[in-house]
Amino acid sequence: MTTGPRLRVNPIACDGRGLCAEVLPEMITLDDWGFPIICDAEVPPGLLDEAAEAVRLCPRLALRLDHGARAPAAPQPRGADQGQDHRLCPAAVPPDGMRSRYLRR
Amino acid sequence: MNTLDSGQHLVRGATPVQAGRFPRLLPERFGGEPASLEEHVTRYGQLPRGGEAGAAGRDAPVVVANGTEGEPASAKDKVLLACAPHLVLDGAVLAADMLGARQAIVVVHDAVREVVDSAAAERRRARLDRVKVKVMTGADRFVGGEASALVNWVAHGIPLPTATPPRVSECGLLSRPTLVQNVETLAHLALIARWGARWFRSLGTTAEPGSMLVTVIGAVRQPGVREIEIGTPVNEVLGLAGGPAAPLGALLIGGYFGTWADPAVAGPLPFSAEGLSAVGGSPGAGLVAALPADVCGLAETARVARYLADESAGQCGPCVFGLGSIAGALADLAAARRYEPGRLRRWMAQTEGRGACHHPDGAVRMVRSALAVFGAEIDRHAQGWCCGRRPPGVLPVPLRRSP
Repeated sequence: MTTGPRLRVNPIACDGRGLCAEVLPEMITLDDWGFPIICDAEVPPGLLDEAAEAVRLCPRLALRLDHGARAPAAPQPRGADQGQDHRLCPAAVPPDGMRSRYLRR
Repeated sequence: MNTLDSGQHLVRGATPVQAGRFPRLLPERFGGEPASLEEHVTRYGQLPRGGEAGAAGRDAPVVVANGTEGEPASAKDKVLLACAPHLVLDGAVLAADMLGARQAIVVVHDAVREVVDSAAAERRRARLDRVKVKVMTGADRFVGGEASALVNWVAHGIPLPTATPPRVSECGLLSRPTLVQNVETLAHLALIARWGARWFRSLGTTAEPGSMLVTVIGAVRQPGVREIEIGTPVNEVLGLAGGPAAPLGALLIGGYFGTWADPAVAGPLPFSAEGLSAVGGSPGAGLVAALPADVCGLAETARVARYLADESAGQCGPCVFGLGSIAGALADLAAARRYEPGRLRRWMAQTEGRGACHHPDGAVRMVRSALAVFGAEIDRHAQGWCCGRRPPGVLPVPLRRSP
């Protein structure tokens, strides 16, 4: 079974700089506090270049493209959110009253 | 409940000082029942993958017994360690033997460090274990009990979760496969080694055999730690703690990551994962907190939500900002200042599932259940009234330490 690459963010490394959402708004939106909400779906072939660019531009090296085929047995991080960890995807939620941290800077 | 009273179970099952009189707890003791034991281990925790005893070319795995009990309302692990430290150490050594580990690290709450230390010293003097047993004091904070945070604490003295992957069962302490297991589970393991799997299954339900420790707090006559058969109705659990001391308004079941429930609905339910799922709950950390009807549940929820927000490890943005915002919104709601349900719901959705660990998920789950159960209170608060006739404070919330 072959699967396409998926975008993954390391939430500890991520500092909410927001560059990824600028480069790849099709798959990355920002939450009310400016942290990326990443679409938990395979990156379509037409967006692979943009996805790679978003990964390259992340100043915190928090974003990566996960080529699922490389670790076929690796399950999702333990726990209940398996398979639905970014449930907001792909709905972009407009901030209400709160500016993103990116804009605040 | 017969077997529970026969003195073979957790707290009553082992007198505090018995070192030297234990049979060597080696896997052979399990006879023809290893399958059920493994089943038992995997039911609660992660058996290190590929870490089976003697897996060639791999580092020996490590066992970490988790007795940190950062949950402020819970006392079961402390009671267990104080009453039966050898049972826990037996279980840790046994798990280490099964996995081919040479080291078992027992991390305990500061309150019981001394008794566990002296138990470990007794075993060393008696040359009881082939496995090296090391006792440590856990970090006194809520997230310190999370598996990766515990490994990080043992390895580096930093009680903060680390990013997954890798999971600790693949790459934990010293980059070895690490089994992090709660002390109560290890104590059950030691009891299974003594009495066998059939004995263990004589209590509880088919899907969830055995007994468990619960902490009952709040408006009950004799709050404290009780051992129950899994599947005991919630009302009977309250009865074991002397029964309600006042009319009850709500129950918090499972812990601070647990579920608020209506006592009339949850009371008859069996205290088991299967039974409590009817109210969206689970036994969790084994807490039952009884909230009297004259204390405002929203105020209690707001206090706990603020505590959980403050106890965030502070590493992941959505947890720091999300839980902080949610706690602020709940404080406003509890004080009947303002309530914007849409915004609160959006914040919960944007917080859940977005941390490196499950701290934000657990906190959001608790808040969600509160919003579902305290509907009438919310209506009153939205109109500027509070329903509580006594100040909140049923659920213990430690003062914030300086970071």
